[in-house]
Amino acid sequence: MTGLRYASWSRQLLIISALIVAPFAIEMLLGRSWLRITDVALLYVMLALGLNIVVGFAGLLDLGYIAFFAVGAYSYALLASPQLAIHAPVLVIIPVGAALAALFGIALGAPTLRLRGDYLAIVTLGFGEIIRVLLNNLNRPINITNGPQGITRIDPLHISQFSFGHSHSLGGITFTPLHQYYLIFLAFVLITILISVRLEHSRIGRAWRAIRDDELAAQAMGIHTRNLKLLAFAMGASFGGVAGCLFASFQGFISPESFQLIDSVMILCMVVLGGIGHIGGVILGALLLTILPETLRYIGPLQQQIFGTVYIDPADLRMLLFGLALVLMMLLRPRGLWPKRQLTGQLTNRGG
Amino acid sequence: MLDIQSLQIHYGGIAAVKGINLSIARGEQVALIGANGAGKSSTLNAIAGLLKPHAGQISYNNQDITTLAAHRRVTLGMALVPEGRGIFPRLTVAENLAMGAYCRNDTQVIAQDIQKTFAQFPRLAERRLQLAGTLSGGEQQLLAIARALLSKPQLLLLDEPSMGLAPLMIQTIFEAIKTVAQSGVTLLLVEQNARLALETCSRAYVMESGQIVLADTAQVLLDHPRVRQAYLGEMGEPT
Repeated sequence: MTGLRYASWSRQLLIISALIVAPFAIEMLLGRSWLRITDVALLYVMLALGLNIVVGFAGLLDLGYIAFFAVGAYSYALLASPQLAIHAPVLVIIPVGAALAALFGIALGAPTLRLRGDYLAIVTLGFGEIIRVLLNNLNRPINITNGPQGITRIDPLHISQFSFGHSHSLGGITFTPLHQYYLIFLAFVLITILISVRLEHSRIGRAWRAIRDDELAAQAMGIHTRNLKLLAFAMGASFGGVAGCLFASFQGFISPESFQLIDSVMILCMVVLGGIGHIGGVILGALLLTILPETLRYIGPLQQQIFGTVYIDPADLRMLLFGLALVLMMLLRPRGLWPKRQLTGQLTNRGG
Repeated sequence: MLDIQSLQIHYGGIAAVKGINLSIARGEQVALIGANGAGKSSTLNAIAGLLKPHAGQISYNNQDITTLAAHRRVTLGMALVPEGRGIFPRLTVAENLAMGAYCRNDTQVIAQDIQKTFAQFPRLAERRLQLAGTLSGGEQQLLAIARALLSKPQLLLLDEPSMGLAPLMIQTIFEAIKTVAQSGVTLLLVEQNARLALETCSRAYVMESGQIVLADTAQVLLDHPRVRQAYLGEMGEPT
């Protein structure tokens, strides 16, 4: 028993140290741009895990999830940039961003409590667009969001004097901003995973999954379905809000253009492609869908090299391959690339 | 224990239950029988709080619960085994049982009670980590009943427990129901299988197109010509 525990401890230690060394390896082998992609991928893992709470656990189809990312990003941008001339400390902004996103989650959840499936999807889709249009137009009569121009010169993450925007040295190793963001995003991702895992098997998580399976029966078990659905919206949204805060600090610039319907769809695809409701699968989906499209950028130069001209624009190819991948997946692995392993009747091999 | 006064239930403009009175004393086993579409399940769902009545009053332990939310009724000691079982197919058998005890907070006793449930229903114990959706129909019905019992109900509402099950399985289910009744739980059983219901319960109401047309002891109803003709398949064709 202790041996087993030791083995799992050392395995975890190995994984964590590999994750810490990873950015150096990525930068050395693939270059700086790939480290940047990795950082963004970690944010998408957070987003996908947040959406998984709403869609995977509680079974509420949400096509406007990017709105909560936007709320978080704009919270950070407005509270830490020259736009409103506020430079609040990060330790204040992130909780505010999470809370605001949760509030927007409840605002979306409350009027849609009676809706399910397709109908809920359409309302959430509309909600996502409302937020984007709002951000686009809140520059008149008072300029709050700076409209389509977006907000620039956003403060990097900083804790008192330590800024993530500058390089730091520790023991002869230089940590560039991309390294530092990698580490802080990784920490947030690990916290998100931990919360997700704990939630899934908690009383609340079980109640969410019960509502997903049969809402009336869940009510008959004594579950306050209204409150629990609102809680799912709020919790999922707050994950998105935190990811949004981190995104704004990382980019230094945000505009409504970053929060479009296609982004909501992408996050939903990460959840579905990876394995809806399964935390490992969702992480895999998020990583694959952020990293694979980036490899297509080599297609252009490759064509140039071979044919002397670019026949297919990589941007067009991206959507084509993406669509093809989704169709193939629905045919071959409808439950996702890495679905939850479930015990089924075949194991006991006895009918009733 | 339960008292229903002139209950009416409408679906849109259609009246499914047209003003019925029904009452159950503590410790009684009462059946509500009738044909498809008579309004039995609607009545039961209104008692459980899943349906809002159009008019009338439902009292439980002398408390008016007509407008009380469904989840609050569970804490008052009511449990429903829904029509079509209503198990959670993508939760495991053990998780389904845990959902039954959702409103209790005596964690340790719950764990013991779940163990007792497994001892009582070995079929469920064998499949405790299996998804409930992979169980056979009969096992699902057993699970639904066991799950309802884990809320420690005073009043158990059963909706068509025999629906779609093989005769042998029906027998097992009804034996379990009788055991429950013997333990002192008050029972309201909605059933199309009138004979089975009348043999299980001491008293019954007969419902026809939204109204209660007969109410008597099970013994009397079993011999009642109208019941025999319409529901027990004797003396000519059912109407």
